[in-house]
Amino acid sequence: MNRSIIVSSVLHIFVIILTAMSLPFLAKKPIDLPPIVSVELIQITEKTNIPFAPKAKKIIEEIKEKEKKLVSEQAPPKKVKKKKPDSVPMPEDNVKKVEKIKDDKQNPEKIDNEVKQVSEFEKEELFDPNNIAALIDKSKEEVAVEVNKTDQVTQDQVKNFENSGLSLSEEDALKAQIFGCWSIPLGLPYNENLLVRIKLELKPDGSVVKSEILDHARMNRPGQGFYKVLAESALRAVKLCQPLRVPSTGYERWKELQLNFDAREMLEG
Amino acid sequence: MKSIKFLIISLLIFLLAPIKSYSLIEVDITRGNLNPLPVAVSPLSIDETSKKSFEGLLKKKDIGAEISSIVENNLKTSGLFNPLSKDAFLQAPDIANLKPRFEDWNLIKAQALITGKVTNVEDKLRVEFRLWDVLAGKEMMALAFTTVPTNWRRVGHIISDKVYERLTGEKGYFDTRIIYVAEEGPKTKRIKKLAIMDQDGANNKFLTLGNELVLTPRFNPNSQMVTYLSYFRNLPRVYLLDIETGMQEVVGDFPGMTFAPRFSPDGKKIIMSFAKDGNSDIYTMDLENRIVEKITNHPSIDTSPSYSPDGKLICFNSDRSGYQQIYVMRSDGSNVKRISFGRGIYGTPVWSPRGDLIAFTKLHKGKFYIGVMRIDGSGERLLTENFYQEAPSWSPNGRVLIFYRETKTNDQGEGFSAKLWSIDLTGYNERMVKTPTDGSDPSWSSLLNN
Repeated sequence: MNRSIIVSSVLHIFVIILTAMSLPFLAKKPIDLPPIVSVELIQITEKTNIPFAPKAKKIIEEIKEKEKKLVSEQAPPKKVKKKKPDSVPMPEDNVKKVEKIKDDKQNPEKIDNEVKQVSEFEKEELFDPNNIAALIDKSKEEVAVEVNKTDQVTQDQVKNFENSGLSLSEEDALKAQIFGCWSIPLGLPYNENLLVRIKLELKPDGSVVKSEILDHARMNRPGQGFYKVLAESALRAVKLCQPLRVPSTGYERWKELQLNFDAREMLEG
Repeated sequence: MKSIKFLIISLLIFLLAPIKSYSLIEVDITRGNLNPLPVAVSPLSIDETSKKSFEGLLKKKDIGAEISSIVENNLKTSGLFNPLSKDAFLQAPDIANLKPRFEDWNLIKAQALITGKVTNVEDKLRVEFRLWDVLAGKEMMALAFTTVPTNWRRVGHIISDKVYERLTGEKGYFDTRIIYVAEEGPKTKRIKKLAIMDQDGANNKFLTLGNELVLTPRFNPNSQMVTYLSYFRNLPRVYLLDIETGMQEVVGDFPGMTFAPRFSPDGKKIIMSFAKDGNSDIYTMDLENRIVEKITNHPSIDTSPSYSPDGKLICFNSDRSGYQQIYVMRSDGSNVKRISFGRGIYGTPVWSPRGDLIAFTKLHKGKFYIGVMRIDGSGERLLTENFYQEAPSWSPNGRVLIFYRETKTNDQGEGFSAKLWSIDLTGYNERMVKTPTDGSDPSWSSLLNN
């Protein structure tokens, strides 16, 4: 009796410890790190690190010595007046500028409520020379916004680092390749769920060993006939594109890959 | 004791195993191309005896090749497919129909392949066809039809519809007809006849003699019945015409100006506008008991009504805001809402059979546009611009619009013409529909094989 109680309590403690270790809310708060900026390191030493030939070494040393002499013969550098630290442009200045522009754009007096511009054919006619400044300001604002964007790592990117295992450029290369191969069927009802998930098994060269539609059962559901058309178009895209543009290393990471084809954005837009 | 050990070990494995495995990489593909799909339409194979018998019956040398060329032409005009040149085909039609060599079709970049066979079965035309997915190397669809040999063009259209539906996910519109007003003669003395033809311009037939002025023919969305307006002794009359039987009847004489009668989606009512006591309003007429009901009651001019496919809403024109704009109301005339707010004048609103869009004609700064907007008035897109064009009519699948376009006359009053044109929702695929004479006011039928 006692023995079984001991064994049971040991097991319970073991499970509690394991749970405590693995549950995220029990873990210590992570150190507040600055946002991660994606930097890709590419080894170029093989190309740039050329060993010196003995003769070339001599010539370089001679040139170095000459440069030393030249420096010593030169007059001492002029004393430059130190700039006040205030004159250095601070990042806050830029922010203020953007805010000001925003105010200009949102001036309610300039918006014409009566007539809306509704099509590309009217663009020319609706062009107002008084608005040139506003247009220029808009472009400035867009640049400013873009700069902000690059400074921060988006949620999507964070997810990318943690889960996907593909770098941004690797993922972009793969996406760009499939974009070109996927002929979207134009008749799909765009107010329906147009997501097809396909799981691929790949060879190291990027060719497809096996492709599987994950929501296969949906094909046979009533009123979901369009899903079959969509799924087939996605499979065609994969077959047309292979071998896929996959990274040259880390096969174990991407030998299984899931592609989520979503036609909604294209058909709605 | 053993079982405890086993329990501990299995627990450890259960808890620790997932730590080592890689999570599945997911890549979101949210863009694709909208280029026409490359399709190979192999000529339908035919044996020598059938070939000779059909040659005698239909005066066509190779009926298999003729049917496949109809399919090819339909797919091409839709703008969604790119039929490949037959010169590049490596496999003979009869062998391709049995078992295509997919590598050969892959080589010419075909993504889909259509093959088939024509035979004479007791003086009837039997056509079987197959649609193949070249990249997957599998059959997508196989169907066979038997019909009278003179129906061979329709067989081509039905095959086109089936292929279109299988590859795009929506119903086709090829096995349909278009009714329009055929026009001849100088602009001041135009002879106008009612005419009907297949959607590709073949089998043109005149339905009236041209003694009376005919206007605005419109198909019943459910059947091959047409309503149109004709002037008899300078009085507008609304007629019903059954195309299958040729029977015609007068629905009624209406006083004053009467415009654009159109069927309700169930085909039981006709909706139109006419002027009573100098004021144009919208009325419906029940075709069974001929009771006329007034739907709008406003001192402004209300015209061009068109029902939504479910029959619950009506879109129409009105100048109640000062300019002619598009309005939507419930089918009982309540809850009137203006939906068009762009510059210019809006007219001839037509509700799409899909229910999602309203097509219209717009006049702005002396130019005419054909465009579409959502039913709440948002997302206005102008598809085409010209000197004069109007009266859009939807294909039964709501993807293509047919309308007519007139050209300017010169100083001597010459050079005037009116032609039918079609454009798809992308706005890129604009084509002239060939008619033997000039044409205006087209209306597209529903699918014949529904």
